[in-house]
Amino acid sequence: MPIRILKILIFVAALGPVAWLIRAGLTGNLSANPLSDITNETGVWTLRFVCVTLSITPLRRLTGWNALIRFRRMTGLFAFFYGTLHFLTYVIVDRFAGLDFPHGIVAWTTVVNLAKSVSEDIYKRPFITVGFATWCTMLPLAVTSTAGWIRRLGGRRWSRLHRLVYATGVLGVLHYWWLVKADVRRPLTYGFIVAVLLASRVYWSRLRSVSPAAAPRAAKSSVRL
Amino acid sequence: MLIKRPADIRSSEITDKKLYLNRREFIRAAGVTGVAAAAGAIGAEALVEAKGAAHGRKLANIKKSPLSVSNEKINSWEDITSYNNYYEFGTDKDGPEQYARDFKTQPWKVSIEGECAKKGVMDLEDVLKGETLEERVYRHRCVEAWSMVIPWAGFPLSNLIKRCEPTSKAKYIEFTTAYDQRQMIGVRVPVLNWPYKEGLRMDEAMHPLTILVAGLYDEVLPNQDGAPLRLAVPWKYGFKHIKSIVKVKFVEKQPLNTWQEQASNEYGFYANVNPSVDHPRWSQATERRIGEFFRRKTLLFNGYGDQVASLYAGMDLRKNY
Repeated sequence: MPIRILKILIFVAALGPVAWLIRAGLTGNLSANPLSDITNETGVWTLRFVCVTLSITPLRRLTGWNALIRFRRMTGLFAFFYGTLHFLTYVIVDRFAGLDFPHGIVAWTTVVNLAKSVSEDIYKRPFITVGFATWCTMLPLAVTSTAGWIRRLGGRRWSRLHRLVYATGVLGVLHYWWLVKADVRRPLTYGFIVAVLLASRVYWSRLRSVSPAAAPRAAKSSVRL
Repeated sequence: MLIKRPADIRSSEITDKKLYLNRREFIRAAGVTGVAAAAGAIGAEALVEAKGAAHGRKLANIKKSPLSVSNEKINSWEDITSYNNYYEFGTDKDGPEQYARDFKTQPWKVSIEGECAKKGVMDLEDVLKGETLEERVYRHRCVEAWSMVIPWAGFPLSNLIKRCEPTSKAKYIEFTTAYDQRQMIGVRVPVLNWPYKEGLRMDEAMHPLTILVAGLYDEVLPNQDGAPLRLAVPWKYGFKHIKSIVKVKFVEKQPLNTWQEQASNEYGFYANVNPSVDHPRWSQATERRIGEFFRRKTLLFNGYGDQVASLYAGMDLRKNY
């Protein structure tokens, strides 16, 4: 199947979770606390797309199917998309909904109070601090995801910058971990996946430094991450 | 003891109509117009599945109580029976509804132990015998910062306590939830140190607001809400409201409740609702009433301060959280 068609299919599939959320919300099929569901689901899907993005290079090395790299920008941008939805949901549902509106909702004080409420919360609650930091690590990667930015930065510098995604994975798991009350099984699962994906990079980079000739050709020939 | 009527919510505290936005109804209304056209094509009706507990046995002769809150919208049967924290049946909110369905609550026995004259094992029927069930509409505030208004049906815990004839050494009561690996899928995982335990100081337990609950609306309590017998202590966070009680033990020393054992820096023994004492990981200043978009200000002692504040006179509520 041509890559272009595959890309369209993956694009549509990646919109599935948000489409499902909207549909379930409209038909009253979320829980009794739909706002909390939207917050949780967008967060979990961010982490899933980060994991998918991080798995592309290891998969490429294992399978030798180099075309996989052509999906990485899209999955990465979807991670940013869900992360941004997650952040906006938090801002609206957790912060905006808890404000006082002394001069009505449409007022300058609302903007000021919201900014204050969000920044105080990021400062005060460690898991929010980490969550915000996670989103911040994705921001420059999303901005510099275009061909123009790769050219402007140069492949090497661009690659180095985009290793920030390792931090996204680690911080995202930590954010999830600090959120749950007692049942850490899900954060633990994501932690394990991210750990394996990062460890595979350490493994391959060691392999390469020990014996450059033995490294798979695929790894040498293109931008690695 | 002087029993005061609960403080009615002042009209100034009721959310302004313009601000008040019942999100679910709003979304549903929008859904009817916006999605109806597409619904046929995507089969949205097929998505709508029955949520909440099937309706059970009706309870007769439930007495209204002056201790109920008035002027607050009561949450629906569906809300109260589909959104539950009952870790014995899984840690997801919809787990209990799904996994507690076949939980056997008959026959049920409650063991009375410790510092009291009438020790022994009681059948549930004997626990309920002679008690008139009262409807108590209580605000229910979860430590996770959501809340509901729930029409419990129950009777004062003090009635049972008097029947047990506690000795002068009985300073606290320790309650234990059922533990059954076969029927409770949640306890197969060591998420908490099972069985679940909770405790009250004797004066808290004797307080007229503290009830043993056997019903919801005018029906037998559904399994996911802690059938057949649970506690309601409306000025405390939800985790104090122990479910499916199998043991009541009178003790001299303050018992260690399960969540305190799990994380003592996050959950204390008293667990009184208090907007100015934050949980280390989230604020307790506001809460989301299930069904509403805008968050409400959390009230000290969940709004029951007039009735219970005297229990804690002179205590540092920051230390005794």
